[in-house]
Amino acid sequence: MNIRAQRRVLPGFGLTMGITVLYLSLIVLIPLATLPVRTMTMSWAAFRDTITDPRVVASYRLSLGASLAAASVNAVFGALVAWVLARYSFPGRRIVDALIDLPFALPTAVAGIVLTTLYAPNGWLGAPLAKYGISVAFTPLGVTVALIFIGLPFVVRTLQPVIEDLDPEVEEAATSLGASRAGVLFRIILPNLFPAWLTGFALAFARAVGEYGSVVFISGNMPMRTEISPLLIVTKLEQYDYPGATAIAVVMLAISFVLLLAINGLQSWARRRVAP
Amino acid sequence: MRLALIKTIAWGSALLVLCTVLGASAVAQTLLNASYDPTRELYQDFNAAFIKYWKGKTGQTIAIKQSHGGSGGQARAVIDGLEADVVTLALAYDIDALAQSGLTSASWQKRLPQNSSPYTSTVVFLVRKGNPKGIKDWADLAKPGIQIITPNPKTSGGARWNYLAAWGYVLRQPGGTEEKARQFVTDVYRKVPVLDSGARSSTITFVQRRIGDVLLAWENEAYLALDESPGQLEMVVPSISILAEPPVAVVDKVVDRKGTRAIAEAYLQYLYSAEGQEIAAKRHYRPRDQAVAGRFASSFAKVKLFTVDEAFGGWQKAQKTHFADGGVFDQIYKPGSR
Repeated sequence: MNIRAQRRVLPGFGLTMGITVLYLSLIVLIPLATLPVRTMTMSWAAFRDTITDPRVVASYRLSLGASLAAASVNAVFGALVAWVLARYSFPGRRIVDALIDLPFALPTAVAGIVLTTLYAPNGWLGAPLAKYGISVAFTPLGVTVALIFIGLPFVVRTLQPVIEDLDPEVEEAATSLGASRAGVLFRIILPNLFPAWLTGFALAFARAVGEYGSVVFISGNMPMRTEISPLLIVTKLEQYDYPGATAIAVVMLAISFVLLLAINGLQSWARRRVAP
Repeated sequence: MRLALIKTIAWGSALLVLCTVLGASAVAQTLLNASYDPTRELYQDFNAAFIKYWKGKTGQTIAIKQSHGGSGGQARAVIDGLEADVVTLALAYDIDALAQSGLTSASWQKRLPQNSSPYTSTVVFLVRKGNPKGIKDWADLAKPGIQIITPNPKTSGGARWNYLAAWGYVLRQPGGTEEKARQFVTDVYRKVPVLDSGARSSTITFVQRRIGDVLLAWENEAYLALDESPGQLEMVVPSISILAEPPVAVVDKVVDRKGTRAIAEAYLQYLYSAEGQEIAAKRHYRPRDQAVAGRFASSFAKVKLFTVDEAFGGWQKAQKTHFADGGVFDQIYKPGSR
């Protein structure tokens, strides 16, 4: 094999590869493989009816749409936050830095309840917004807000170390060689950040697709309008319909996998362009 | 001097360890009760009473652990291996699921008196102080401009009772037909702005977020909400409602493996005793025992009640007709059915 032929300084490829495969199998592959197995207990027609039910389709649209929207918002503002934290020192920077991780640590149900309280029509933020005819809680917008909240740390934490590693001297060199500010941004900084930025986007998106706890409180769970796919999975479980629940899960998994694969492809293309 | 001190500490800690070991072994058996959410306080009181009763009767000291969650989720946990000796859930359908997976007998509901439901409740209305929209009975819910709060019956077991109560009300009216009931229930659910996933979330939506004009709630939950926000809410008892029968059962497979059958059966039977009934009544569940019910008569409004078996032919049938995928509830929200 080609990989084996390469001489490495440290030995142990066989052992580490073995552990990697075992670990991935135990933690990821076997649990995921049981999903299709459970689904296979239902007939093809039942499977097709379950996953193409208009209500289920509406939930894919909401779950994927809101997740993409939330990941996009986080991609822009998360990058800004990461840039500020990495490049500038200001009083309270460490505290802000620690704050970023809170959405990781907070139980999602707590986040959901807090956000709903804030954005409900009588909440601190919901009441003023309601005056302008904008309702957040119990609408798809509310779902997106919750997903933005839980996704932020993924973008910041993947971008921050990369920005810290960017050598400001390169930017200075580019400027001294006559590059404009926009030129430095678009030809030096962004191409270097792009792969990590995509990773952050992908992580935030993947997290949002599967999110349940924080969303069910703010979504209002109205059929066809604000039901997320994970809620329909719980609904199926509540009827002891395990195959139906896993059928929806399999579809979600497939869509997410294809999207993540595409993002990864884009990423390696970008990486090859930056570092030939 | 210093050595003496160390010795004292060593002996002290040895004694402490011994006590802990003895203390642990003094507990003869541990019982796990898998219940649903709003029974937490009820079973805290009841467990203390039963531990005392069992100690007096047999001299054994036992411990009882409780687990709470959504009724369906708890049943699934037991199916998936939670070692619960007894289940005390919100509806018979969830214990039927245990029977179907062979964990308990298919005739579980016949093993204890009164459909295996030692206490009951019913569905009542909570409205804002002064009842500004004048809601007195089910028919008022269908009036224009009324917003109704109730959880999603597909995810909440308790909410299924709310739905069936509304349906049964129409059936019990003169000239009430299935068709009229369907129209009424459709009208009601069209006016629900938020379908929370559980009963507690709906109470929060109504009480704290001040959304909606009327909350459909179990009587015991309604009392709790009244206690928590004094002076803001009023309870309205409709002319007729459903008899909510939260059932209990011993999980045969678990008690036979753990050897706890005798305690588990005594535990559930004690719910029917005068003391058990009184604890339930204090926690706003309607007692089955006539004597206890008489003493608490002022706490429970008089209301005509019908059962799921009478009006719907049992839970399996009700579930299949109304709440299964593609059932009547789903059709309310079908696109284009408006």
